[in-house]
Amino acid sequence: MLNFRRVTALLASIVPASLIAIVVFLAVYAWPAIRLNGIAFVTDNSWNLGSLYANPIMVRGQEIMPGAHYGILFLIVGTLLSTAIAIAIAVPVGVGAALFLAEGVPAPLRPWLSFMVELLAAIPSVVYGLWGFVVVIPFLGHHLYPFMARWLGFIPFFGGAPGSGYGLLTSGFVLTLMIVPLITATLRDALVSQPAKLREAAVALGANRFETLWKVLLPGLRRVLIGSSILATGRALGETMAVLMVSGNALNYLPSNIYTPISTMASFIVSQLDSALEDPTGMAVRSLAEVAVVLCAISIVVNGFARVLMYYEGLSSRVV
Amino acid sequence: MADMVVSQFRADRGRFRQRQFFSYLGWALSTLAFLLLGSAMVWILATVFLRGFDALSLTVFTHVTEGTGGGLLNAIEGTFVLAFGGILLAIPPGLAAGIYIAEFDHGRLASTIRFLADVLVGVPSIVIGYFGYITMVVGLGWKFSVAAGSIALAIISLPYICRTSEIALRQVPRAVREAAYALGAGDGTVTMRICVPMALPGILTGVLLSLAISVGETAPLLYTAGWSNYLWNGHLTNAPIGYLTYAIWAFINEPFASANALAYAAALFVTLFVLAINVISRLVLDENAGWRRRARR
Repeated sequence: MLNFRRVTALLASIVPASLIAIVVFLAVYAWPAIRLNGIAFVTDNSWNLGSLYANPIMVRGQEIMPGAHYGILFLIVGTLLSTAIAIAIAVPVGVGAALFLAEGVPAPLRPWLSFMVELLAAIPSVVYGLWGFVVVIPFLGHHLYPFMARWLGFIPFFGGAPGSGYGLLTSGFVLTLMIVPLITATLRDALVSQPAKLREAAVALGANRFETLWKVLLPGLRRVLIGSSILATGRALGETMAVLMVSGNALNYLPSNIYTPISTMASFIVSQLDSALEDPTGMAVRSLAEVAVVLCAISIVVNGFARVLMYYEGLSSRVV
Repeated sequence: MADMVVSQFRADRGRFRQRQFFSYLGWALSTLAFLLLGSAMVWILATVFLRGFDALSLTVFTHVTEGTGGGLLNAIEGTFVLAFGGILLAIPPGLAAGIYIAEFDHGRLASTIRFLADVLVGVPSIVIGYFGYITMVVGLGWKFSVAAGSIALAIISLPYICRTSEIALRQVPRAVREAAYALGAGDGTVTMRICVPMALPGILTGVLLSLAISVGETAPLLYTAGWSNYLWNGHLTNAPIGYLTYAIWAFINEPFASANALAYAAALFVTLFVLAINVISRLVLDENAGWRRRARR
């Protein structure tokens, strides 16, 4: 029988169905590439379309161009390192800003300043890219990075050629700004909604305002912080346009220091599809689909884990 | 005895100073953290606004793109066509999912939908774009088209609309539903005539926010909508279409000042639109929260 509830359920299942369709169609499309590339796909460091004007040859039951080889280790390394840098900066800055916004500002200013930080998440990725490309890279490449390479060179990976401004650290900086509002907003909301009893008890024991925040309220929110940081990690892993415009789009080499150009999985898909279409066997396009499958799998695992963590946190606080 | 008291007092004072220093340091660092973020925000907006307003002229609104110059009329039109297309496609299933999770939250299906919607939020937009490319552009032979671009944007909007309408619906008091059911109304009447109208501000806010996200997206459109220098010819398939975010990305890399000016103007439009929607939705939500506070009192 077709009642309202069933119609709603039917329409509603388009949401999970589209996620499943994304995974299934990408995996099916990439299947020949997965069989061809095997495990070398994630352990080798060469993305090579082969000789595009020769006749295709058969390798492992798949037709490819001679010399073609698909290995994306440099993409995995670039993605993970830029995300790691972003998280390493975003967590302390995000926590600091959340403390400031929850307690440090006069109450009338609070919503406006919070809104300002949350707007960082609303700015489109490509506008970050534009800003990074036009303003930040010249500044970093000409002033900050040479300075850092000179004076912080004793720290491993901080020395060496400071580069032109495109690269790992710049990507990390831009990603930081894009993900930090997630951490700040979640943590600020959680801080504000902590029970007043905790605050009163801490003050009664003689704690000052910062000690109340730091030693009483914040430790109770460890899981919220971890959960939102993992969500932020997921966002950073999949960020495309901004990274594309500031990373330098390196091909087939691993970074030697933090100023080296890199490429990430997401931005690589954008930058390489045009040239992959030149491959008459279509294997390059399928290998790009395999990159998308790997990226999709990573982000599903990361997000699923964070949601489960947040879910249990929400449940336990509702029970109390 | 007196010595002990004095030394204890000194020790306490040392401890007190240490605590005070730690607190001041904490406040200083957290203020610094906020200032870093705030100044980055101001820096981005200043860049976009100053360069964007410099680049504005009447031609931007009245002409289509010609090579590395001209205007952005085609891109402005395309952005609205794609974003509204995406939203229109996303509202029925997104709202239905929100309703199902909030109203009929009894079985496994509701929690499964919610979990998968949350995971879908995290799927990178380029992955959704590539999915659109292999299924619709290549698989169905639609080529670069409005249909493929709108469907890609719709998939991105779905989870946002779903979760915001769920949250809005959950804030409708249970007593209202009980009263309606007691009067003999069915599921459809209770939901569509009573709960959804009451939750409408929240639902609309979610729709507006996903419209802002759609307008700002680039990656899912690059390989589904393509790019066109001309106005949209009204065809849903087999016709690429321009959009503002492409103009930002492609034209800033050109060595010509005229092309760069178009990129700045496009960035200004996109940013202004996104900012306006965010400010509006913030005001609506605040207003709404105020109403709810008063009602509870």
